Amino acid sequence: MAVKFESDASGAWNEMFSAPGQARPVYERLLADLDAYQPQELRARSEQLSRTFIDRGVTFAHSGEERPFPLDLVPRILGALEWDRLARGIAQRVRALEAFLADVYGAGRIFDEGLMPRSVITSSPHYCRPAFGISPPNDVRIAVAGIDLIRDEHGNFCVLEDNVRIPSGVSYVIENRRAMTQAFSSLFSDHRVHPVDSYPSRLFAALLAAAPRKAVDPVIVVLSPGVHNAAYFEHVLLARMMGVELVEGRDLVCRSNHVYMRTTNGERAVHVIYRRVDDDWLDPLQFRPDSVIGVAGLVNAARAGNVVISNGIGNGVADDKLVYTYVPEFIRFYLGEKPLLDNIETHRLEDAAVREAVLASLADYVLKPVDGSGGKGIVIGPQATKTELKALRKAIAAAPRNFIAQRPVALSTHPTFVGDSLAPRHIDLRPFAVNDGSDVWVLPGGLTRVALGEGELIVNSSRGGGSKDTWVINDEAVAFRGAVPPASSRPRRHGAAPRQNDEFVGAGDEQ
Amino acid sequence: MLSRLAESLFWIGRYIERADDTARIVDSYVHRMVEDPFNDESATCRSLYSILGIEVGPERLNTAETLQTIVYDIDNPNSIAGALNGAYENARRSRDYISSEMWVALNTTRNELPKRESRARNFGPSTYLGYVRERAALLAGLTDATLSHDDGWRFLVLGRNLERIDMTARLLRGRVVSDENAPDWMAFLRASGAMEAFMRNTREVDDANGVAAFLMLDRLFPRSVLYSLNLADECLVEIQPVSQRISSGDPARQALARARGMLEFIDPRQLIEQLPELLEMLESTCFRITDAVTDRYFRHEEAVAWIIEEGL
Repeated sequence: MAVKFESDASGAWNEMFSAPGQARPVYERLLADLDAYQPQELRARSEQLSRTFIDRGVTFAHSGEERPFPLDLVPRILGALEWDRLARGIAQRVRALEAFLADVYGAGRIFDEGLMPRSVITSSPHYCRPAFGISPPNDVRIAVAGIDLIRDEHGNFCVLEDNVRIPSGVSYVIENRRAMTQAFSSLFSDHRVHPVDSYPSRLFAALLAAAPRKAVDPVIVVLSPGVHNAAYFEHVLLARMMGVELVEGRDLVCRSNHVYMRTTNGERAVHVIYRRVDDDWLDPLQFRPDSVIGVAGLVNAARAGNVVISNGIGNGVADDKLVYTYVPEFIRFYLGEKPLLDNIETHRLEDAAVREAVLASLADYVLKPVDGSGGKGIVIGPQATKTELKALRKAIAAAPRNFIAQRPVALSTHPTFVGDSLAPRHIDLRPFAVNDGSDVWVLPGGLTRVALGEGELIVNSSRGGGSKDTWVINDEAVAFRGAVPPASSRPRRHGAAPRQNDEFVGAGDEQ
Repeated sequence: MLSRLAESLFWIGRYIERADDTARIVDSYVHRMVEDPFNDESATCRSLYSILGIEVGPERLNTAETLQTIVYDIDNPNSIAGALNGAYENARRSRDYISSEMWVALNTTRNELPKRESRARNFGPSTYLGYVRERAALLAGLTDATLSHDDGWRFLVLGRNLERIDMTARLLRGRVVSDENAPDWMAFLRASGAMEAFMRNTREVDDANGVAAFLMLDRLFPRSVLYSLNLADECLVEIQPVSQRISSGDPARQALARARGMLEFIDPRQLIEQLPELLEMLESTCFRITDAVTDRYFRHEEAVAWIIEEGL
């Protein structure tokens, strides 16, 4: 089916077209390929994709129910040149955040230099005093980062938020790719898509590099809160693909500042814990005493240097959205570099003049709680009701530290298969970066999330979002674009078409 | 391996076997329950409940409700759907260990059950029971073909065999506790998939003692009690962390050895007289082994709740 340019009233950037009938170069071949399919064929493939996910149990838990994370048929494509710039920007940001965390849980140079008031940190709900003075053996607190990016109206990628606590979603990148190569193999023979399956081995190498120096043959585990966690599937996938044990808090025991897991053959020492449990629940001795999914004594064992907790405890302070506003400063200060990725224009509300200006036209801003994640608590001014704004105004006046105000950005749109046709939907991008202490590696592509409701701007899975397979393709494919025949003269995929590996399910006799 | 994983695998083995065996037992009753116009419906249902170890009140029982409880009720861990659900829940917990083929097979089986159930309501329970047996066979095959035969696999096989001993004992007990309402001996053989194997071994089809001996003592038939006991013992020996020249007094192996000893030294021709006693012994043996294995290998502490002291 032909994909048409549809403009969006919000002025959002169109990922696929620069003007009506004018596809962006990286998408030309994909458009020609899609043109050969009837809507029914796409529907059949879409159903096959979701069936694959249900059978394989690729689901997330949402209000007590296991749901598949809908995968859209139309991949999102980034050219290798653009990707390279992005990846360097992400790696730079991770290095700067790493330096910042080492600083706030150590010397505190940034306060001495007067670049950031100490009160920003001490008032942050995620600044974690027990983490002070714990220095990881290879100085890595951020083994995995998920930096959320969006493309603004001018086509520039900006950072929406930093996730350096326990970013999730990488399993969908891996599973989406697997499902797409099965359902749509022909697309992959036409494109040189950078593979994503090396992620688990990269993560494993990074965890190994993070092990305590004295551990001769370090034992790595993935710590999960258990089957009822929304991301349990991901914990399983990572443990399995890294070939390490998936443990729950009750499988571990701390004794004399050493951590052991309980096995049928007695207790076995553990050296690196890739934890997917929030700080709050990690250690009942240090954090919430009512936690039954944590391990008592874990933080002390980490302080004693016998075990490494990854990502580090207390990383949440770097995710604080007020701290986010300082990240460009961090890059200049710690790295002496110019930021490669911009923040979205953000206002700090503690400054009385700024606050007054924002409060005066609250409906023109997006207001975010500083410690929220997963789209929780965000108020989009232009879409908010009067009562919502009123409540918000009150909350801001009471605690200005708890909010930031941002310019509303129209997220870029991408054609998405909805019903039986393609329609523009807003998308974002979460690339995943792995830091092994000597290098920050960025997984090619990352997770593109798509808001499936028309005009909807929040893409989180918990808000009914879907995802797209995200391709980074070599630009030389684009260089041959003269060789792509116009859509009408391309052979159809049926009958005498030479491509034998391209099987249809159910819709094979449609023309 | 992790104690928690070992426990999950043990129970995957037990639950799948329980679903399979319950399907076989119900199948042997279905003919009587659904098709036989002369049977006492309530008494037949009661007999079925009793061999599955489910307590029921003194009221009249009917076939539809009985099948609902024993076959379709997913919240009852002794029902077929409940057992498959139990296996699924344990597989979720050990998903990083079991093969993805096993996981997909269990996941699709569980997703398919509601569809099969509504079909069974139209066409009779046999389609459902057949499906369950087929899936159990698939899962057993995948277990053996796609898992490494390491300790995890041994725990699974141990669980499977303990459940099998327990269920075969229950099947036989049907004859012992309620003679006229239970299916005949041949139905039991069919339920165990042992009809052909038995016939090849003997010609006397009406010999109750012969059937019981076959299901209890046969050394080659994989569903017989003695065969399963031997297999369970092999698993226990290999699971032991260190091989010991003098027995360490593992209570699980001791219970097993006692049961084996009793079966080995019995006179097969008089088996039928001692059957009630033997079946009781077997049931308590299964309990004791499960307890001992749990105690030794699946130990984990109960969740600890911490209380904040006031005034600190």
